Amino acid sequence: MKAQESEKKLKLAMYRRMLLCRMFEERVYYLFLEGRLPGTIHQSQGQEATAVGVCSALEPKDMVTSTHRPHSHAIARGVPIDSLMAELFAKLTGCCRGKGGSMHVGDVEAGMLPAIAIVGGAIPLAAGYALAFKRLKQPNIVACFFGEGATNIGSFHEAINMAAIWDLPVVFVCENNRYAASTAVEKVMKVKHVSERAAAYGIPGVTVDGNDVEVVYGAMMEAGARARSGKGPTLLELETYRFAGHSRSDPGHYRTAEEVEAWKQRDPIQVFQTRLLNEGILKPGDAEQIASEIEQQLEAAIAQAEQDPSPEPEDCLTDVFAN
Amino acid sequence: MSSPTKTTSNQPSQSREMTMAEALREALREEMRRDERVILLGEDIGIEGGFGGAFTVTLGLSEEFGHERILDTPISEAAIAGIATGAAVGGLRPVADVQYGDFLFLTMDQLANNAAKLRYMSGGKLSVPMVFRAPVGATTRGSQHGQSLEAFFMHVAGLKVACPSNPYDGKGMLKSAIRDDNPVIFFEHKLLYGSKGARKEKGGLQVVAHVPEEEYLVPLGEAKVVRPGRDVTLVANLLMVHKSMQAANLLAEKGIEAEVIDVRSLVPFDWATVFDSVRKTGRLVVVEEDNLTGGWGAEVVARVADQCIGYLDGPIRRIAAPDTPVPFAPIMENFYVPSVDRIVVTVTDLVAPH
Repeated sequence: MKAQESEKKLKLAMYRRMLLCRMFEERVYYLFLEGRLPGTIHQSQGQEATAVGVCSALEPKDMVTSTHRPHSHAIARGVPIDSLMAELFAKLTGCCRGKGGSMHVGDVEAGMLPAIAIVGGAIPLAAGYALAFKRLKQPNIVACFFGEGATNIGSFHEAINMAAIWDLPVVFVCENNRYAASTAVEKVMKVKHVSERAAAYGIPGVTVDGNDVEVVYGAMMEAGARARSGKGPTLLELETYRFAGHSRSDPGHYRTAEEVEAWKQRDPIQVFQTRLLNEGILKPGDAEQIASEIEQQLEAAIAQAEQDPSPEPEDCLTDVFAN
Repeated sequence: MSSPTKTTSNQPSQSREMTMAEALREALREEMRRDERVILLGEDIGIEGGFGGAFTVTLGLSEEFGHERILDTPISEAAIAGIATGAAVGGLRPVADVQYGDFLFLTMDQLANNAAKLRYMSGGKLSVPMVFRAPVGATTRGSQHGQSLEAFFMHVAGLKVACPSNPYDGKGMLKSAIRDDNPVIFFEHKLLYGSKGARKEKGGLQVVAHVPEEEYLVPLGEAKVVRPGRDVTLVANLLMVHKSMQAANLLAEKGIEAEVIDVRSLVPFDWATVFDSVRKTGRLVVVEEDNLTGGWGAEVVARVADQCIGYLDGPIRRIAAPDTPVPFAPIMENFYVPSVDRIVVTVTDLVAPH
């Protein structure tokens, strides 16, 4: 009974977290169109199961590294929504005090390094953080997010090889959303699955449905247990799709309407919601209630962020060096 | 001469007379004994039967500290830099190295985009306490094993840059760099190591220095007047400090007293020492081994022009390598690297114009 209760609690928590990711991104998209946010944004609608499935399998002191598309990773990891929103509004109360912006959100207190916006750039960092865990004898792991596009850059290969030879406690999580900006994966990769590349480094490579949060969670628990027990890294490929464009100005003309529609039929939130309704974990009306609570949470975060103080111009000059 | 350095000819090391390689090794050993979080990463640094890094600096350390702390890596410079950065953020104090400074170009994304910026991008929440050692200088190895790269890193906000010219400073500054909470790019000159045996450097200076038994630190960001003088200020780093000192001794025979400043650190830079000297002598010559255009000397000249122009009694001169790759043929390399003779001629012309 107790196990069942905690499983139900986990599923509900994952559902709520996925919906928060989606609604955050939708709301941010409109804020952007309204001209209320500076900069650019790379959004993750459609990739909620990867972020939430992976982060739900982590311990509080584990660490996450992320990419130029980090909003859902941050939300899934538990970076406070107020500080995320404030960062997008370039406020002093932002998780990076206005010095990061959309592409660098993160909060080491919450277990997420500032996101790294150079493709593949965080992969060696993740391995290094894992080396620190190992050397300091902390029983923790690093979850390193990147897209399939990053698996063609040298830092991916160099870092995975070193993590493999040293059995570092890191899970390399590839969100394969099939497009590196506008370039389809088939055009730039000869192997069928990213996970096949694991064979070159003597580590397990696994490909799973990245739009099923329970499948992702299960795969991450397994890869995480392996890393935690000192057996080294896994390359975990999560097959998914971004419903949004690459960045704010991308209408996505390189994808057919049929392809987008087919993936929308596999919308990770819809799939999970239907399942939870069938299992009786969500009752009719629950989903609407949760959505309404999230909406209030987001509106409160926006109102707060708009009121929050901006940095002073001269704050530009601080935080270059420690001491 | 106020420097603890002396240049000897093939004189064997006395008990506490050390070469640069020995002094750096002692710094690493002391800091590793002092702080469990200090680890080393690099290629060929701890292999039994190997050579202790390209210039013997890490020789024997793996015997004391083991392969858990002396990590021999694959040939993966980008990952060495990135893993060192990640490990530093995660609570270690890594000292990584490349075998030749030229390979730093392979690390640029990790050093310039990650190590240098993580503190800033995190709004000051993170620090990156790491050291990245790199040998520089032209030594008949041609264009891809002989460059001087200090200026590239001086230009990246968030990186400290050190360049000691002698064993005393080398040890004290490396210890400071390891204890520093920021990423420090630590440049060493191949002709100043005094490496022995098979790794002995042809054309290397036999530079040794007295290195005290007791612990000491040399802070980053302090230049040193290594020779006082009234007529002209020579500002130099690494090998060029030694060439400037030789030139100063020759100039003294002609009655020209040159003040020689070893900058020691490029970031932070000790502007006050340079400005004070130029205000006293009224003349400035910057001597560096890097290509002329955009070298660190250009920054020195610009700042002096901004702050000391009214004190100058003549034009500022820059002595640097020409804007070419490093050539191989010794006859060309000797032309490329600023020589003692070039310094003497330039200074003589400046101080006593015809």
